[in-house]
Amino acid sequence: MSLWQKHAIFEKNSIVLVIGILVVIAIGGLVEIAPLFYLKNTIEKVDGVRPYTPLELAGRNIYVREGCYLCHSQMIRPLRDEVERYGHYSLAAESMYDKPFQWGSKRTGPDLARVGGKYSDDWHRDHLRDPRSVVPGSVMPGYGFLASTELDFQHIADDLKVLRLEGVPYSQDMIDNAVKDVATQATTDAADAADVIKRYPKAQVRDFDGNPGRISEADALIAYLQMLGTQVDFNLYDDKANIR
Amino acid sequence: MANALAPQKQMTFGEGGLALTFAALAALCIVIAAKAYTPEYAFHAYLFTAASVAAVFAIINRYYDRPAERAPLTIDGKPNYNMGPVKFATVIAMFWGIAGFTVGLIIALQLAFPLLNFDLPWISFGRLRPLHTSAVIFAFGGNVLLATSFYVVQRTSRARLAGDLAPWFVVLGYNFFILIAGTGYLLGITQGKEYAEPEWYSDLWLTVVWVTYLLVFLATLWRRTEPHIYVANWFYLAFIVTIAVLHLGNNATVPVSIFSSKSYIVWSGVQDAMVQWWYGHNAVGFFLTAGFLAIMYYFIPKRAERPVYSYRLSIIHFWALIFLYIWAGPHHLHYTALPDWAQTLGMTFSIMLWMPSWGGMINGIMTLSGAWDKLRTDPVLRLMVVSVAFYGMSTFEGPMMSIKIVNSLSHYTDWTIGHVHSGALGWVAYISFGAIYCLVPWLWNRPLYSLKLVNWHFWVSTVGIVLYITAMWVSGILQGLMWRAYTSLGFLEYSFVETVEAMHPFYVIRALGGFLFLCGALIMVWNLWKTVNSAEKAETAGLALAPAE
Repeated sequence: MSLWQKHAIFEKNSIVLVIGILVVIAIGGLVEIAPLFYLKNTIEKVDGVRPYTPLELAGRNIYVREGCYLCHSQMIRPLRDEVERYGHYSLAAESMYDKPFQWGSKRTGPDLARVGGKYSDDWHRDHLRDPRSVVPGSVMPGYGFLASTELDFQHIADDLKVLRLEGVPYSQDMIDNAVKDVATQATTDAADAADVIKRYPKAQVRDFDGNPGRISEADALIAYLQMLGTQVDFNLYDDKANIR
Repeated sequence: MANALAPQKQMTFGEGGLALTFAALAALCIVIAAKAYTPEYAFHAYLFTAASVAAVFAIINRYYDRPAERAPLTIDGKPNYNMGPVKFATVIAMFWGIAGFTVGLIIALQLAFPLLNFDLPWISFGRLRPLHTSAVIFAFGGNVLLATSFYVVQRTSRARLAGDLAPWFVVLGYNFFILIAGTGYLLGITQGKEYAEPEWYSDLWLTVVWVTYLLVFLATLWRRTEPHIYVANWFYLAFIVTIAVLHLGNNATVPVSIFSSKSYIVWSGVQDAMVQWWYGHNAVGFFLTAGFLAIMYYFIPKRAERPVYSYRLSIIHFWALIFLYIWAGPHHLHYTALPDWAQTLGMTFSIMLWMPSWGGMINGIMTLSGAWDKLRTDPVLRLMVVSVAFYGMSTFEGPMMSIKIVNSLSHYTDWTIGHVHSGALGWVAYISFGAIYCLVPWLWNRPLYSLKLVNWHFWVSTVGIVLYITAMWVSGILQGLMWRAYTSLGFLEYSFVETVEAMHPFYVIRALGGFLFLCGALIMVWNLWKTVNSAEKAETAGLALAPAE
């Protein structure tokens, strides 16, 4: 009986065929995915990476909602031109609290991994409203509606709770103050600014959208963009320390 | 008249149970709609309610209209095929195809002329792009797979499709998933994971539909009167089983609340990236490849009236393809923060994948041995053979682009978009068109209205594809080179926006290519419409549904 005839087992029994398929497709996935959860050198050891503030998280959710990741990557590759154009190459640690990751796959627009602090809030506000008013050759859609839409953050503590359940280190203090922290962070010279910064080191507290009267979706999105890539201090980062 | 002889009509367990389940779902969705956090989510809850009520009504209505006895499995010794769900999926596949190609054309034009976004949230590029990808992959491609798999498994098993309501639940439920997913994108409901954008409740619904699909498919195989399972069905089975595994793995989310459309994925950062592209690349491998290879293994031999070229090659092709494909995901993450060992594994297996891919191509094309002359006379067969040739081309291009040094240039550019479309338009759409040109005359028992129009479709679309992929090769490689260009003084030569401006002519050419492809598909719709509505019956009654005399 030749080996070819043995294949009849799969051809004559659908359950054996299904089991065969499951075994064959399981191998590659297990070998590639499982070690990422236990190999220590997968995520670098760095200082500074913290969970998003509630306002940044709300901004990130708007970034996801509008599909920004379809044209903007957040992953600088260790190639000479990219490091010169965008800054230090991205570390795995910098997206360790990103659910979902937003590395992207296409650069119709530039990489945003380190866009934080590169432009002023005013620039971002104008650019979101009418991209071609500040970058004439841009093909980005206008997002003027963000500045005129009230940010809905009444349930933001629920978001933090779910993220804590999934392993993001939000403290009870952070969850209890989540709604208040959104309002505080979006206000210039807020009385409780120090509390927000204590809970979330390096958090930027101010009115982002140029309209102190209300907290808009533009406030949240600009707060998120302005913190991107600013958490790790690369003057102190030692990449040799991560060869473990 | 015959009432005395007819058995008492009784509601089956399936009918009663399903009606009750839908009634309960309708009640639940009303509550969710009332307490939903956002109006968008409330809208979806109302859609679920309306669909559930419609389902209850349809089940009861069908019960009153149906005869007391279940449809016989055979009539006069011939299988009594159930082609209703196949017809439905075929028609709606064409509908979604036109919709998906049109949205593709719109977003292509938006990139060339950004004013076309009109600064409205619902039609901005970021929301329409997932609508385009889902409409062509899952709505068009998915319905083609449903239609052909239900057709092929019946014909090759010589058995009636298993289940009474189940096959209808699969096709209608799947299309309801499409409706929820598509309207969700426009309203801004998305998980933000490419090709897996639908939120948790759509994912749950799809899981139920998909498990039912697997059970209907398997139960039909169990009814087969042939001892062997035909090769096309191996591929369909690999597609159904693997997509289920990928879907569950990549959509492991925790919703913020049952009253919120928002959920957070349990994976994060680098692990989420790996899981996402394990899913993403195998959506290509198992949805867009294995499923459509099944179509190749049935429809090309049937149309060419020749047996599959090599049985042994199909065994090697099958196992090697499904084993190697699953490893290829990390090539989407070259030079990223994914560990190098995973990138290297991904690259290595992607290159090896070239072999089974071309093995499959050879098996498909060589099936025409002794029937090459038909390429001159039968444009439907030509469409399918050219699709396999495109498959060969893009499965060469893919492994090449997965080589890290090539990828450093091609990644993040339009080259990837061009590669995807040579596979999606050239391979997936063409083999689908070929299969539908075969299916519609068989299902409706009419001769195809016009082979000349098929020829027009073929040439108009082919010119469109060639324009599309060449424009994307040029723009992708051009932009990749511009990004890394240095002046003689050692500065970066171009600002980012200069590289964007350089893309404009190619974006216009790409849109023209997409327009031609859409025109070809519209010619096809006209041709099929005239076929279905012609009074003439096909002479080849052998392929027809066995009618009750």
